[in-house]
Amino acid sequence: MCLGIPGRVLEVNPENQTAVIETFGVKNTVSTFFVPDVQVGDYLMVHTGYAIEKLDVEEAEIRIKLWEEILSDATPGEVSRPGDR
Amino acid sequence: MEDRLILLAHGDGGRLTHELVTALFLKHFGNEVLARLTDAAELHLDGGRVAVTTDSFVVNPPFFPGGDIGKLAVCGTVNDLAVSGAEPRYLTASFLIEEGLPLADLERVVASMAAACREAGVEIVAGDTKVVGRGQLDRIFINTTGVGYLPPGRDLGYHRLAPGDLVLVNGNLGDHGMAVLAQREGFGFGDQIVSDCAALNGIIGTLLREFSGVRMMRDLTRGGLATAAKEIAAAAGVDLWLEERAIPVGDATRGAAEMLGLDPLYLANEGKFLTVIAPEEAEEAVALMRAHPLGQNACVIGEVRAGKGNVYLKTALGGTKFLDMLAGAPLPRIC
Amino acid sequence: MQLLEKFRDPAIGRGLLEKVVARAGQVREKLGRRAVFMEVCGTHTVAISRAGLRSILGEYMELRSGPGCPVCVTDYGDIDRMVAFGALPGVTVGTFGDMVRVPGSRTSLERQRAAGADVRLFYSPRDAVAWAAAHPGREMVFLGVGFETTAPGVGAAIAEARARGLKNFSVFSAHKIVPPAMRAILADPDLKLDGFILPGHVSTIIGRRAFDFIAAEYGLPAVVSGFEPLDIIDAVYRLLGQLLSGEARVENGYTRLVREEGNPRARAQMYEVFTVGDASWRGFGLIPQSGLDIRETYRDFDAAARFEVTIEPPRLPKGCACGDLLKGKLAPTDCRLFGTACTPEHPVGPCMVSSEGACAAYYQYERR
Repeated sequence: MCLGIPGRVLEVNPENQTAVIETFGVKNTVSTFFVPDVQVGDYLMVHTGYAIEKLDVEEAEIRIKLWEEILSDATPGEVSRPGDR
Repeated sequence: MEDRLILLAHGDGGRLTHELVTALFLKHFGNEVLARLTDAAELHLDGGRVAVTTDSFVVNPPFFPGGDIGKLAVCGTVNDLAVSGAEPRYLTASFLIEEGLPLADLERVVASMAAACREAGVEIVAGDTKVVGRGQLDRIFINTTGVGYLPPGRDLGYHRLAPGDLVLVNGNLGDHGMAVLAQREGFGFGDQIVSDCAALNGIIGTLLREFSGVRMMRDLTRGGLATAAKEIAAAAGVDLWLEERAIPVGDATRGAAEMLGLDPLYLANEGKFLTVIAPEEAEEAVALMRAHPLGQNACVIGEVRAGKGNVYLKTALGGTKFLDMLAGAPLPRIC
Repeated sequence: MQLLEKFRDPAIGRGLLEKVVARAGQVREKLGRRAVFMEVCGTHTVAISRAGLRSILGEYMELRSGPGCPVCVTDYGDIDRMVAFGALPGVTVGTFGDMVRVPGSRTSLERQRAAGADVRLFYSPRDAVAWAAAHPGREMVFLGVGFETTAPGVGAAIAEARARGLKNFSVFSAHKIVPPAMRAILADPDLKLDGFILPGHVSTIIGRRAFDFIAAEYGLPAVVSGFEPLDIIDAVYRLLGQLLSGEARVENGYTRLVREEGNPRARAQMYEVFTVGDASWRGFGLIPQSGLDIRETYRDFDAAARFEVTIEPPRLPKGCACGDLLKGKLAPTDCRLFGTACTPEHPVGPCMVSSEGACAAYYQYERR
């Protein structure tokens, strides 16, 4: 219901509470009214032109690592290949 | 019953357009040539064959990154002839102009058409101009009709498709539709996405000269790859299986499409075409296309299988989904 | 964006899917049937369809769409009212693209536009405010549709319009809030769901904790999920894990974005402008304290207060199963009208027209 677009902050304009972000090479100006202390290099999640939260990069890395751990744990019986169906 | 009106969706190239063509135009105009519903009509004159096509251009806005309505009017018609296997030769041009259009804008459009004609090797040999009162249309509309020469023995079409044939495209999809939509709606990243508007008769001519296994071609205009693929599958009575990961989409268009909740496979192109080709020739054809400036990201995106007219997309995760014709012009989805 | 690309990595996705299938098999054995989960959010519905997940997982579990498609749950009367604004002289209706084709009980904004109404699309409510400022001779009525994710931005736009002294900007608020609808679903004795994939961006605003009642009061597992295919696969994996261990918790699968307490600044903006009131949901009827009305202090920006529109009592289409669908009781293909009387070109209900409506997603990507 709520399309969110992640983007990396290229430029911060504190005087009007906006930031320029980049998503797959596309730049866009968004309001940072709901997210304090935005810095260049931060990742923001944007909905209808408003940043709704800063992405926690550390948490993102933890999650990826967790998945990689789950995948390296070859539990017996888990050998079906749904990907090829 | 509600009073039925013509909606914008009747002109978007999707299902409603299809309904209008078959239920209204074919009903009244029906003849053997028209009934084939090909991009261009094949006519036999004194033993020679010519292809004829016509198209009207109403793009809003008339100027957009990568082109303008004039360039589009030439390229669009040239491409319809080229994918039919014809060598485009002559165009006519009709201008419908709103009172008050700056002459400089008109000259810009006309100069752009002239440049596009030189590039495509075609000439505008007849034309017409009408001016209507303010508000009766938006700035400028252009109709072009194109005539092309069909060399002896050239035979492209649905009837040549066979299971095992491969499906190629000549590059990144969705750029034109995204560029125009972004520019029209003022979404704030308009200039970063550039229309792919280009005349394709050069690259197509090379392909047709080199490869006898080209079965058919389609330009991927309104409704995008998905709509064209569905039309081909339905008309030929085969299934098309496409690989999501193989389908090329540029970063900027992909990013903008994500922002607006749009699927690039349903966005229009003005410089992209689909080719169905015999499998043994596919690899060389891709190499040849990649050597051409309008085919640098050419690749195989899928294959023809025996079937009932469906288009399946194999997703990156290994799932399959079904592609259908566009239903209504793509609208940004946000909330 | 490299880090975020990882969340789409097909190799990880396929690997996780293997684990999901293995777990789902165990769950099927334990329950004696396939598990049934609801993806509450329409953006999840679209993401699941686009990634082709239903074709992979359908044998092992059922994923049902929920009430989280804002235009799908917009009441017929509200849609009729929105269309009626477009018929007022001097009024330009501003809307997200989602709303344009949604049929009211008699017509839609798209048809109204064909008949001469000025209907404009906006990506952001901020752009609608800028448009109003640039066109002082027109009245801009912006259609406020959406949940907790969207309402703060619309609230900020209203505050901005006031700060700029605009007299020609107003909002018709059909905003809704999610937890009361979840309670309505959970309270239904007919419902058979084994867990929920919870909306990640609504949770970003209201916080993970706001959904604790699902486990605490109704004993069902739930996972707050992001929108990348891997997020969704992970959420399913966690739901299956809870079913196997017999637990019921509200997990946070979207820790890179969702905080326990949500985003207080966004909520403060929302409640500065809006106040919670009763709302009618399509398919549910009236749900107490589930909508957002514009506060009396912002009355000048409330289109419902500023313009008199009268609508006839809505005519409801016969046979449309959108209601049961939005409650997770049916799949789109269970509806008798699906793909026959109701298609994207001739939609009977909003679920077929919104691009995140479950019927439209099934029609476009999954019909056979």
